Amino acid sequence: MIELLKDTNLDFMGNKKYAFIVSGILSVLGIIGIVQIARGHANLGVDFAGGTAVQIKFAQSVPLSQVRSAIDELGLRDFDLQDLPTENKVLIRVKKQEAKLGGASGKITDMLTRKFADKKPVIDSTTEIGPKVGSKLRQDALWAVLISVIGILGYVAFRFQFRFGVGATIATMHDVLAVTGIFYLMNKEFNLIILSALLTIAGYSLTDTVVVFDRIRENMKRYVKDPIDVIINKSINEVLSRTIVTSLTVFLAALALFLVGGEVIHDFAFAMLCGVVVGTYSSVFVASPIVTLLGKTTMKKR
Amino acid sequence: MKKGILWRIILIAATVVISLVFFLPNTPLFQGMPAWWKDSMPNKGIILGLDLQGGLHLVFEVEGDKAVEIQTDRIASLLNGVFEKKKLQASVKREGDTIIVSPTTMELRKVIEDTYPLLTLTDAKDALKYRLPQAEMKRIKNSATDQVVEIIRNRIDQFGVAEPTIQRQGENEIVVQLPGVKDPKRAVDIIGKTAQLEFKIVDDESPVAAELPSSILPSEESQVLDRFKDKIPASDEILFERIVNKESGLLTKKPLLLKKAVLLSGDLLTEARVSIDERFNQPYVSITFNPTGAKMFEDITGQNVKKRLAIILDGNIYSAPVIQERIAGGNAQITGSYSMEEAKDLAIVLRAGSLPAPLNTLQNVTVGPSLGRDSIEAGAKAALIGTLLVMVFMIVYYKLSGVIADLALVLNIVLLLGAMASLNATLTLPGIAGIILAVGMAVDSNVLMFERMREEIKAGKTPRAAVEGGYTKAFWTIFDSHVTTLITAAVLFQFGTGPIKGFAVTLSLGVAINLFTALIGTKTVFDIMHFRKEVTRLSI
Repeated sequence: MIELLKDTNLDFMGNKKYAFIVSGILSVLGIIGIVQIARGHANLGVDFAGGTAVQIKFAQSVPLSQVRSAIDELGLRDFDLQDLPTENKVLIRVKKQEAKLGGASGKITDMLTRKFADKKPVIDSTTEIGPKVGSKLRQDALWAVLISVIGILGYVAFRFQFRFGVGATIATMHDVLAVTGIFYLMNKEFNLIILSALLTIAGYSLTDTVVVFDRIRENMKRYVKDPIDVIINKSINEVLSRTIVTSLTVFLAALALFLVGGEVIHDFAFAMLCGVVVGTYSSVFVASPIVTLLGKTTMKKR
Repeated sequence: MKKGILWRIILIAATVVISLVFFLPNTPLFQGMPAWWKDSMPNKGIILGLDLQGGLHLVFEVEGDKAVEIQTDRIASLLNGVFEKKKLQASVKREGDTIIVSPTTMELRKVIEDTYPLLTLTDAKDALKYRLPQAEMKRIKNSATDQVVEIIRNRIDQFGVAEPTIQRQGENEIVVQLPGVKDPKRAVDIIGKTAQLEFKIVDDESPVAAELPSSILPSEESQVLDRFKDKIPASDEILFERIVNKESGLLTKKPLLLKKAVLLSGDLLTEARVSIDERFNQPYVSITFNPTGAKMFEDITGQNVKKRLAIILDGNIYSAPVIQERIAGGNAQITGSYSMEEAKDLAIVLRAGSLPAPLNTLQNVTVGPSLGRDSIEAGAKAALIGTLLVMVFMIVYYKLSGVIADLALVLNIVLLLGAMASLNATLTLPGIAGIILAVGMAVDSNVLMFERMREEIKAGKTPRAAVEGGYTKAFWTIFDSHVTTLITAAVLFQFGTGPIKGFAVTLSLGVAINLFTALIGTKTVFDIMHFRKEVTRLSI
């Protein structure tokens, strides 16, 4: 029998102070990130911000400066360029918000296909999103996150005691916030695909939490006399290896996506990788300690 | 026990067979199937999303207010006709959705309210102000959106796109999806053009006409409009003719002073065809009016001989030929500076009819076929590698039990593809990511059971008891964790568009099917092992 961890007896509850500090920092970062997204100040994708994006693939590499000067000729203001040098691809984004879509992508593709005809340009994709759609999507996104969190809280509260529900929800929000914070810190682009990664993380991070909670619940019935801290510590140690193994399988799957899944899905896979790691950490270091905290206060009241 | 196993084996086999049948159309094998099979069996399978096969995704907003204005305009001009017939002195104009009539005599009021009982009087102080009732405006907007859907469908059919999707979304939005379109720009032009064809008379008699510059650059249009804004007569307007120099390809504009009144519009057309002018080798569009239109065209040309008739499409003058004589028969030609392709597209939009209201593009996403191909390749590679990584890990960590979990995983993937094919679900790139994540999550169920079994064995139970204990004790943990993932997938499905919906579909189907494969699939294998001989050691 191969075992990742053999009969561990680590003191998780005793070290919760440090865990709270780390989690606190991550969560604050995430909150800053969300506020900036809502204000439209973060690195938002075209789908959320509105605007135009064009991705072009060339047969040979084209210096960004040449692309820049070609687009300058069009008189477009406020655009930025990004290249994927390994694939000779250039991504052009025009952030200017116009009331009506003015066919900026058409102008850009016309200009570049003419200017760099010798480099055999192929249009990978063009996206034009009106500002109305962008702000509606931004709003919908926040609603989607809110509804998911409420749904999860409701389900966990229905299946477990209230304090477990609170612990699970805080852990879930912590995971979403932490990944948002990491993305904000790395100035990675927020778009619809990243949002779906965040929601998936919210759903998946509960798997580990539920595993731990199930065991806590079981042990509370079995060791009625033990204090809750001891029971929780014991429970975490008992299920630690399966918590890690379940995360590891999803981590492996996401890793394959991250490594070979292609550019479109790259950031999505990165978000999932972060989310799986953070989710495992939080089920041990966030969800359970909160249950003990709530347990203590309710016991004191009695 | 014996009977229970048999039934479960039959159930699993049946789901596999059904899944394969449904998935068959997605494989090259389908081409080789006999005709009766192709006709009678499911033949659509999983559909590739626009992000994988390339294509065009458009969202338009129908400007319903404009449809109301157009309708109000029509009523205003009809009222004008009624007043003229009755020899009543009155001025009728439209502002926004309001018809303003002055003077405010009771006589006019009576005529208006008798002719259009539907109109409601909103103000009678300085002028008579009439408006259509709210319900009527709503009806006009609503039917405008419906009409736009029909007309766009018509245009796309004539343009020629395989399997387009044209759907109304909400009150006034229209979603158009054109998979595999080669020339997205042209398609957008054809769909989005209002194609309002109008005939107006050029006002060469006004002194302002002579002052207009003969040729300007396209960027100078607003300048010209500003300069002459206050000079032109109230019943006139300036529009521009587009002129392309044949040798240099240079585009210039020629301003013309026109009488505002629309003498004839494109809704009376029955046919529009592209022809070639032999002399100049220049394409033109010949149009045919219906009897009413033909009569009107005859009258107009008869009354305006030697004047110029401007042919206007969406506010741009195509040409303004001099009327030589009365033209009977209802045939006319639209010449102008355009290419063969543009002439063809013009004929398409004229045949399909003009939109009852202009469209506002909200979203325009095109994906080139090469990016789609790259995405499929990368997605398939990631799926293969991800699945292999997970499978190898399971075998290394759980030995023979890992093999059983891997079998369940394969079953999971087969059923997932079958379920998607039977629903004709759309597979998108995020959808592929969803499958890969579902693979990672699928074995989680088995991990939870196997860990339980290990505990039971450590506690000294027999293998059979360990298997039973593992399943029953892990069940609720597995169930709970699946439900939470399903909750977020449902939210994503509800909220997401295109690619994201695809992700929600694969993830939620994968997770739901996993409950079946992990709980019934692997359990059956364990039971078979125990059924044949009493296993003394569990390979886990």
